[in-house]
Amino acid sequence: MRAAEAFRVALDALRANRLRSLLTMIGVIIGVWAVVVLVAIGQGAREEVESEVAGLGANLIFVVPGEVSAIGAAPATSPLQLDDVDLLGRVTGNRQSVAVLVSSGASVRAGSGEVFATVSGTNENTPLVFDREVARGEYFRGTDVDTRRRVAVLGSTVAQTLFPGVEPLGRQVTVNGVRFRVIGVFADQGTTFGVDRNLEVHVPVTTAQRLFDVRRVDALAVKAPSTEGIEDLQERIVDTLEARYEGQTFSAVTQTQILGTVGRILNLLTLILAAIAGISLLVGGVGVSNIMLVSVRERTREIGLRKALGARQRDVLLQFLTEAVLLTTIGGVLGIGLGVGTALLVERYSPLPASVVWWSPVLAFAVSVGVGVFFGVAPARRAGRLDPVVALRTE
Amino acid sequence: MSAAAPAFEAIGVTRTYRMDGVSVHALRGVDLRIDPGELVAIIGPSGSGKSTLMNVLGCLDRPTEGTVRVDGHDVSRLSDTELARLRNRTIGFVFQSFQLLQRTTAVDNVALPLVYRGVRRPERKRMAREALEAVGLGHRLQHRPSQLSGGEQQRVAIARALVGGPRVLLADEPTGNLDTGTSEDVMGIIERLNVELGVAVVLVTHEASVAAHARRQVAVRDGLIEHDSGPPS
Repeated sequence: MRAAEAFRVALDALRANRLRSLLTMIGVIIGVWAVVVLVAIGQGAREEVESEVAGLGANLIFVVPGEVSAIGAAPATSPLQLDDVDLLGRVTGNRQSVAVLVSSGASVRAGSGEVFATVSGTNENTPLVFDREVARGEYFRGTDVDTRRRVAVLGSTVAQTLFPGVEPLGRQVTVNGVRFRVIGVFADQGTTFGVDRNLEVHVPVTTAQRLFDVRRVDALAVKAPSTEGIEDLQERIVDTLEARYEGQTFSAVTQTQILGTVGRILNLLTLILAAIAGISLLVGGVGVSNIMLVSVRERTREIGLRKALGARQRDVLLQFLTEAVLLTTIGGVLGIGLGVGTALLVERYSPLPASVVWWSPVLAFAVSVGVGVFFGVAPARRAGRLDPVVALRTE
Repeated sequence: MSAAAPAFEAIGVTRTYRMDGVSVHALRGVDLRIDPGELVAIIGPSGSGKSTLMNVLGCLDRPTEGTVRVDGHDVSRLSDTELARLRNRTIGFVFQSFQLLQRTTAVDNVALPLVYRGVRRPERKRMAREALEAVGLGHRLQHRPSQLSGGEQQRVAIARALVGGPRVLLADEPTGNLDTGTSEDVMGIIERLNVELGVAVVLVTHEASVAAHARRQVAVRDGLIEHDSGPPS
């Protein structure tokens, strides 16, 4: 029997039981839909984080204490000191290329307004090193850091929340009971995963240390003059710090290295999401297997007749396998359509990122065909092996 | 095979089933030869083994012991695939209950054996149309079985049995579900095809009036041939 003939017979059989075919397909549709949507969300998350990290620039080096394989793994107590800025300034030959960070969450007030924000103690090099744009007013200067001035630069959301419709420059905000004068407002940074990135306040690092009652700094950031020789620079930074703090280890990682780590983590996330979705596809496949067994039983006499008329075992097998694969393939195509549609809606109307990558519909399609073969083969073999004498006698 | 080979030849054929642990001897040593172009009726009460004999001759079943040759081919030496091919090309079946596909038109039902021969669709349709015209159903091509009378359905089944140009026709109680008048029509068609096309016909029946259409009658009882009115010399 030719494949085209098997296809025609299979289509006829599915049409003869429209409702049953549709209900069986729903299992596959949901499975494929889930795969496409969840992979799109995983990919969307990956792309969003990557573009954010990439936005930092390829020649940025983060310096943190300890061995770092992933971001955010700094130990609780950092040995880094504020004067390490000068130390690394000598390593790079440009003190203005070294930024510093000590940060903590805190409640920020102004009048009756209150907002919880990340309060970061930084130095005057931050706008240059991190490419931060101050929309109004200005960032603080080196003298502000040296004299421990109580001045603050607000994230746009903090500014809007505390000073709705009012010019915030020159006004006062209170952090942990200490008053700061607002001298600048950052440009809008947008959101990540629906989380507002404008809930932040920058103050001079010296002021922050007193405010949080700490002596250390959490991390340093160095902007290399170019990506060329950046590995050499990373090495010299680590050597210099480890020479100063004997027995301590430090890490200097670039955006590229962070991207690699983050990429691996987010790929794993995507894979886990796909696997979870795959389980529902598997359940759909069991449904197909079940309905195919019913179909074989119902058509036992037809199978006997076809064998009497000259159908070989493999002709019958092919016929039922085609039916199963057609069932899952149609389900797969519908699932892909719904999945892509859902992903686009999620991207547009929800805070979750979603990005349909070309391989997820292709993979989902291949998997649904595979599910048809895998779950169709047992019923189809049963059909192929039916004894024609017995089959013809069946009522 | 050569035209001289017998259409069917059974030598010492036995067929034993095991049903619920009990051995049932459906055939207990049958010798039978049917020549090309013969019209033979196999008669006997139900349970006599005549249906088993037909299944064995039709290559739907294999003998437990003994040799079956169909058109000169030793069935016991053929693989399942070769048996399917033999059923497809050499044998035509007509069943008591017609065995038509209900959702399929007359012309596609008739064309079904040709599907397994790899004949292309337009050619299949043409051959099926001719076969239906030969049994007087040229005006019923697109009808489904439910739209046809019993006699018409059995004529569709006969057209299907003949469409591939078989050397032998096996008919198992072909008139069992038909009234007397329609039975005569159907038997008339079978006899005509036997004479005009030279197809050997083996007719399994328990009705004397149907058996009377055959020139040779073989009576089966308890898995043995009890009487043969005209074995070939």
